Amino acid sequence: MSESATYVAIEKVSPLRRNLKIFMTSKLSTVAASFVIVFVGMALFAPWIAPHDPNETDLFLRLQPPAWIEGGDISYLLGCDGLGRDILSRIIYGARISIFIGVAVIVVATSIGIIAGLAAGYLRGWVDITISRLVDILVSFPYLIFAIALIGMIGAGLQNIILVLVYKEWVVPCRVVRGETLAAREIEYVEAARALGGSSRHIMLREILPNILSPVIVVSTIRMAHVIILEASLSFLGLGVQPPTASWGSMVADGRAFMLGAWWVSTFPGLAILFLVLAINVTSQGLRDAFDPKFHD
Amino acid sequence: MNFGKFIERLAQLIPVLLGVLVIVFSMMALTPGDPVDIMIGDQPISAEQEANLRHDMGLDLPPVERFVKFLGNAITGDFGLSFFHRRPVLDVIAERLPATIELSLFSLILALLTSIPLGVLAALKKNTIFDRVSTVVSLFGVSLPGFWFGILLLMLFAVHLQILPVSGRIDYAYEVDAVTHLLLIDSLIAGRLDTFANVLSHLFLPALTLGLPMAAILMRVTRTSMLEVMSQDYIVFAEAKGISRTSILIRHALKNALIPTVTVAALETGSLLGGNMIVESVFGWPGLGRLVVESIFVRNYPLVQAAVLFYAVTYVFLNFFADILYTVLNPRVKL
Repeated sequence: MSESATYVAIEKVSPLRRNLKIFMTSKLSTVAASFVIVFVGMALFAPWIAPHDPNETDLFLRLQPPAWIEGGDISYLLGCDGLGRDILSRIIYGARISIFIGVAVIVVATSIGIIAGLAAGYLRGWVDITISRLVDILVSFPYLIFAIALIGMIGAGLQNIILVLVYKEWVVPCRVVRGETLAAREIEYVEAARALGGSSRHIMLREILPNILSPVIVVSTIRMAHVIILEASLSFLGLGVQPPTASWGSMVADGRAFMLGAWWVSTFPGLAILFLVLAINVTSQGLRDAFDPKFHD
Repeated sequence: MNFGKFIERLAQLIPVLLGVLVIVFSMMALTPGDPVDIMIGDQPISAEQEANLRHDMGLDLPPVERFVKFLGNAITGDFGLSFFHRRPVLDVIAERLPATIELSLFSLILALLTSIPLGVLAALKKNTIFDRVSTVVSLFGVSLPGFWFGILLLMLFAVHLQILPVSGRIDYAYEVDAVTHLLLIDSLIAGRLDTFANVLSHLFLPALTLGLPMAAILMRVTRTSMLEVMSQDYIVFAEAKGISRTSILIRHALKNALIPTVTVAALETGSLLGGNMIVESVFGWPGLGRLVVESIFVRNYPLVQAAVLFYAVTYVFLNFFADILYTVLNPRVKL
């Protein structure tokens, strides 16, 4: 009787769900994660939230200051840029570019990285040598220079930016997955699966992958912050999404011409980047702590 | 580490460097049109002249032969003519390099000088207000977009307060004889303190922008490794022997705690190279990073190609150097 009670008591909870529960106990992490969610909501519902058309120019509103400064207008809360476009609306729409590129690059790169890393770590041999060499070579390029040069050559635009960033980004999850797989393949559960006659594909995807997912998720969130800054940097240099589409990096660049009189043109879009990246970084730190058994007590 | 192992590690760089060359070479293949189209532009030119030009530049050869040629040229440092400057690419790069080196080194020094004491202090005062504030500051440091932070600094110090210059490396009124081409050092050699101060005032904001993320990372690394070292048995033993705290800190703890800091600093110097492009563009710094960005917009591809190769090779050797440094400082680690 008592024995069966113990069995009932041991709830079957996946490690991922347990870790997420631990994550939620940290106040700072939860606040940061909610900030991220707010930004995502802003991007998704931009047409309904934005008070104005982000691309509508009105030269009468040129460099109008934010609402709380003399000459400001409450309907243009954060003021207007050099072409009289509403900065708040452009920031709201700009979230779409930053978040879409961040998510797209990370999802594609992580998927490629997982497959390549699993193959290299589990199959070893020439597969490992080929993948690891490629990783070594791609790691040798400083990220921004690689991206700037490639985009300079193939041309800017949403698709090309994602392509170029993925080209280099998959290396990061690949290294993590390969390392974890190398360790996992020596553990009993993998040996047991092999002894039971499981195919390599089955073992890699069904046995190893679920067990190494936590570090991959942590690394992916940290990298997303990185990718968002990279995209903003490219846009700043004029190599990002082309005008008039609003992106935070190019908005900061636009403001350089008005540093003397209109500080708000550069300042607010930059703050948006800072807040989003900060929120993602804090979230990823919370995830890392929650996923690391060292911090569980 | 013995000499044989060192050579072995060095030899392992060869396939990596070859791969880097293949990627840089193939970047050129991705460009719409070939260099001849770009060189000609709108000028009227006969088909025969065009074919001759292609032949002269070796563009009519099959890809493999072109790569071999590119390889040979790269090893001898011949990257052709910069379309824009009409001079050898290597000369143009060499001219811009000192400004970039000076900025990077100064940022590195600035980052090390601030991050090590702050990191040690944060570890010693663990869980105090100071530690918490330093955690927040370093989190901001890694999350700040460099181009925006640079503009904020410019707006504050150069535009509003007008106490620091907006752009450039030195004012026209000052001149200094080039010895090392690093203006800070050259002005000291010449004994011109006014020039030194002028150069320093130009250097400060870009170096701060470039060095901040690095300082943030190094501070965290120093804090973590300092905490780890301070909990080791030999430190506890030294404390039990009654050795003074300062002496323990400097003679026993710091020596070991700084190993990861130094290694990470060597690795991060590579990312300084990447940050250069942004910072040099914001501050109008006449270095290689800005040259590359400008070259992309005028489609000066030979220069971009050579610069990317230069950055990548530098990066490979910096990483190699960091590896070696780590093993030298930490004899327990075997390569």
